[in-house]
Amino acid sequence: MGVDQQPLGDNIITTSLDGLVNWARKSSIWPMTFGLACCAIEMMATGASHHDLDRFGIIFRASPRQSDCIIIAGTVTKKMLPVIKTVYEQMPEPKWVVAMGACACSGGIFDTYSVVQGIDEALPVDVYIPGCPPRPEALLFGLMKLQDKIMKERNSFGSSIGLGERLEPAA
Amino acid sequence: MTNMAENNRAVIGLKGKFASSLLEIKEFRGEVTVTVKKEDIIAICKYLKEELGYNMLTDVTAVDYYGKAPRFMLVYNLYSIPAKDRIRIKAPVDESDTSIASATCLWNSANFLEREVFDLFGINFTGHPDQRRILMADDWVGHPLRKDYPLQGPDREPYKGRLS
Repeated sequence: MGVDQQPLGDNIITTSLDGLVNWARKSSIWPMTFGLACCAIEMMATGASHHDLDRFGIIFRASPRQSDCIIIAGTVTKKMLPVIKTVYEQMPEPKWVVAMGACACSGGIFDTYSVVQGIDEALPVDVYIPGCPPRPEALLFGLMKLQDKIMKERNSFGSSIGLGERLEPAA
Repeated sequence: MTNMAENNRAVIGLKGKFASSLLEIKEFRGEVTVTVKKEDIIAICKYLKEELGYNMLTDVTAVDYYGKAPRFMLVYNLYSIPAKDRIRIKAPVDESDTSIASATCLWNSANFLEREVFDLFGINFTGHPDQRRILMADDWVGHPLRKDYPLQGPDREPYKGRLS
């Protein structure tokens, strides 16, 4: 980093403020407790002790006010969409959306009048996880992809103190 | 087994009291179905409930025979808890007048069941205390289980098979 670490010793590391904020955010993704269909069962299995989402700092929160991620786990019906939108709008910035499973990504097998053909019609999706339902490993991989994406964000610190916008990595 | 329908206690009773209202009596795999005129549906159901003990209304549903007249067929599945037997009552309803008397005056379970039929088929139940949609959103337009309702919704291009 262009800083001579020699006089500082081994107990000090140097980083950028953006890097520090991104590291903190990716290490404490708190998803909204929100399940819609069978994918939610798989999401619960991922959170349980065998796969253990807690070791990533991923702790499900029961309130959108305390969440910064929403995992759309299941089929989104047109009747449910306004509820999901309301929950998403109640979450404070910064916030991320994970589309878990074929239904949330594209409507899946439910090519019908009552089902939204992909949650990206309504919310800005960060990670798409295929599968019907995806295995816990797939959900973990998707969440690690989200962590990678968060690490690549720029001006995270500046935007949090009111200087400019947070810049998301291009694709 | 054709005489099974004739020996059915409900069929015997209905033949005695409502002979002019009966359109068809059918038996299939031990299930007896009686088709009646829709004008007499409440009188017949009242008789079945109060005289013959069919005290439970298990289901109300409808069938859309699109392209035929009468277009809709209402289906009432009744069960007698004391006698442990079932009967199915059907009533044709035409597209020109999609109304039929509500069975809520006899069974409270008809309330939600008829709301579902109204929601998905657009059948109007006269005398229903609270006829509004139950499954679809309140602002939904159309009745999705009608055969002329597009499967993928009215706002989408219908699926035409795989392109590749």
